[in-house]
Amino acid sequence: MFSGASNMVEGVDRAFAFIFITAIVFIVGITGFMIWTVIRYNEKRVKKAKQFTGSNTLEIIWTVIPLILVMVMFYLGWIGFAPMRNVPDNAMKVKAIGRMWEWQFDYGDGKLAKELVIPVNQPVKLELFSEDVNHSLFIPAFRVKEDVVPGYDNYLWFTPFYIGEYEILCTEYCGLMHSGMTTKTLVKSQEDFDKWLSELPVTGIVPDHAGLVLLKNTGCIACHSLDGARLVGPSFKGLYGKTQNVMANKELVSITADDAYIQSSLINPDGQVVEGFNKGLMKSYEKELSNEEIQKITEYLKTLGIDQQ
Amino acid sequence: MSSTEKYTHESYLEHKGKYKGLLGWLTSTDHKKIGLMYMYAITVFFLVAALLGLMMRIEKIAPGPTIMDAQTYNGVFTIHGVIMIFIVVIPGLAAVFGNLFLPILIGAKDVAFPKLNLFSWYLFMTGAILGLFSQFVGGDPPDTGWTFYVPYSAESSTNVIWALSAAFILGFASILTGLNFIVTIHRMRAPGMTWFKMPLFPWSLYATAWIQVLATPIVGITLLMVIAERVLNIGFFDPALGGDPVLFQHLFWIYSHPAVYIMILPAMGVVTEIFPTFSQKPVFGYGAIAISSIAIAVVGYFVWGHHMFTSGISYWSRWFFSFLTFIVAVPSAIKVFNWLSTMYGGKISLKPPLLYAISLIFLFLIGGFTGLTLGALATNIHTHDTAFVVAHFHYIIFGGMGFAFFAGIHYWFPKMYGRMYSFRWANIAWGFLFLGFNVLYFPLFIIGLQGMPRRYFDYLPQYQTGHVISTIGAFILIIGIFMMISNLIYARKKGALAGPNPWKGVTLEWKIPSPPPLENFDEIPVITHQPYFFGDTNDED
Repeated sequence: MFSGASNMVEGVDRAFAFIFITAIVFIVGITGFMIWTVIRYNEKRVKKAKQFTGSNTLEIIWTVIPLILVMVMFYLGWIGFAPMRNVPDNAMKVKAIGRMWEWQFDYGDGKLAKELVIPVNQPVKLELFSEDVNHSLFIPAFRVKEDVVPGYDNYLWFTPFYIGEYEILCTEYCGLMHSGMTTKTLVKSQEDFDKWLSELPVTGIVPDHAGLVLLKNTGCIACHSLDGARLVGPSFKGLYGKTQNVMANKELVSITADDAYIQSSLINPDGQVVEGFNKGLMKSYEKELSNEEIQKITEYLKTLGIDQQ
Repeated sequence: MSSTEKYTHESYLEHKGKYKGLLGWLTSTDHKKIGLMYMYAITVFFLVAALLGLMMRIEKIAPGPTIMDAQTYNGVFTIHGVIMIFIVVIPGLAAVFGNLFLPILIGAKDVAFPKLNLFSWYLFMTGAILGLFSQFVGGDPPDTGWTFYVPYSAESSTNVIWALSAAFILGFASILTGLNFIVTIHRMRAPGMTWFKMPLFPWSLYATAWIQVLATPIVGITLLMVIAERVLNIGFFDPALGGDPVLFQHLFWIYSHPAVYIMILPAMGVVTEIFPTFSQKPVFGYGAIAISSIAIAVVGYFVWGHHMFTSGISYWSRWFFSFLTFIVAVPSAIKVFNWLSTMYGGKISLKPPLLYAISLIFLFLIGGFTGLTLGALATNIHTHDTAFVVAHFHYIIFGGMGFAFFAGIHYWFPKMYGRMYSFRWANIAWGFLFLGFNVLYFPLFIIGLQGMPRRYFDYLPQYQTGHVISTIGAFILIIGIFMMISNLIYARKKGALAGPNPWKGVTLEWKIPSPPPLENFDEIPVITHQPYFFGDTNDED
């Protein structure tokens, strides 16, 4: 019990120790007294039962003493629990997904794992997400558990202290294979963890690039396709880095589509119009897009650029 | 012992009403016969559910499938829980011993509404039979656990609606019994029996009855809401339909935690009758025991959240529910100290009823202290939904309520049937029960602390030792149960005549013939003493 595999163990086990020691003292004491009473006052030994009916002093004593003891237990339980709700800012966030009947851990960027792999001595916050019914994520060695309830943003956190392997169990009954819904926590050194994460294949949905989100929200892709199709304007596919002819000041010049070109095309679209497309169809986005946003769009266009084809 | 002896008076057992035989029983509004009918039905259901429990233990003797598959196991633990909780333990002591002895203990001829009482029994049987139907009609037996947590219970393809309906109807039987007892206690006490001259078993029934009346409707409507969710797709609880799954847990435990006190308060009441009789001494701290029953009933309403410490409820909710959980522990402790002091200085006769009662104290202590482990926030996080919880509530419910039932049946058996059982066999059966019980449930504390979750069909190999020991205990316990029941059935037929007062008890049931006549008292007694006044009988020795 006192292996101390995480930062939560000490507080929890202190409460366990106090309650169990108190329990043993009382259970042994009361049972011993009871057995002694039954022997000492057995009908074979006593002629007549005493006929007293109560004592207010005793009632007060055995109300107050248990009250004090249980308040100590309550207090120890509370202070052992309090840090569990207080997640440090530097905690690494992992989304823990429960579904009938497996666990999945989402490290972001489409990196999904069946086992929870975490670096040692690094606070980890598990954001608990259920795809179907209630589950509960339990890591006995770390003394952490929280239900995984659909529609609820439950979480738990801990800092693992030792490199090693620990069980993860589902403790909220979730149907047929409830008892099979187990996996492992692998606590690794920071270097091993970084290596593992970099080698983890992308198998999940990768969130859209911030630049693509801007392109969609600003309405750019209504006229500029991402797949090479010719719409009202030239496609973004293979654009960045491409050398092309543009009409500038009524002259056909050859330019390379670089950062400066993208910037100027957004602010002054009619300044350099790609050969074969018409002027006057696109407005200036100077007021809609900040320089940082143009930067993000540019970064995204690089991923579609000619070097990437 | 002479099996041909007959008592000479006409008791309620021989009384012929309008109909004879079985029909006579089924139409009788006599509280004692209704109590016996509850007892026979509950005993049958208890044995069925106990054997299902044994099957679960056999299944868990080794990891992986042993005698059944996972779906069967999930169905078995569900029906085990539904029967034990809703059919055996919640009605248990109140419906059996409450019906049999409440009117006698307060000097009345029957309960306030005898026909309503019989109607409650029919509702109870209807609910119980619906529960059985859930196992055999159409699809698979329900597999949600007795707690019916949504969303799983809204989505499971098994016969969940049958089990929900069963629990709903059983709830009504419980409400009506509670109502009946409240009115009986208020209106039908014998002349001179003031509230504080009433014996303590009626006190505990009074506290219990209020919980039955006030809390049961909440679970009733909650179960109906789950039915509506399944049938009509109304999204109360299922987030897929826009509902809130944690709301279900609140509503369920607002009833089901007080329901624990529906189970345990009458159990405390039964042993509170037993300690004075077998110590030949007034109960110690009468007022404290009476008031602590009411305190448990009142505070017990506000602790339901401790079943939900890991469900994602807020920080301060957890704080509040944990605090109140510790407060409600104190009146239970007060009762234990008063029972011990009742025996202290007495003239103790260690007959089977007392043997069961003192072993209840031991088991209840273990159940109570492990309950404190579950009530403390930090330790709850680790033990929540593990085998530790399973061990804890079996110590409380079986060790408390179950052993109180065994104590009660051995105490009142000579009054109910006018015959006495073999003490020797009762003691041997007790040995098996007590040993088997501890061997069965104690290892679950250990593997629970090691992380073994509850409701697991399969488990990791490190937990096997505990499971094997536990399964051995289950066999010992089952042997004890059958031994005890055989002894009592034999005594029912061939036991020696017990006489009106075999234990030298002083409460009213011991002042009338065994078995009691149809209307209990030829003449309603006038109460002048405290209920546990041994002054006169003691002088004879």
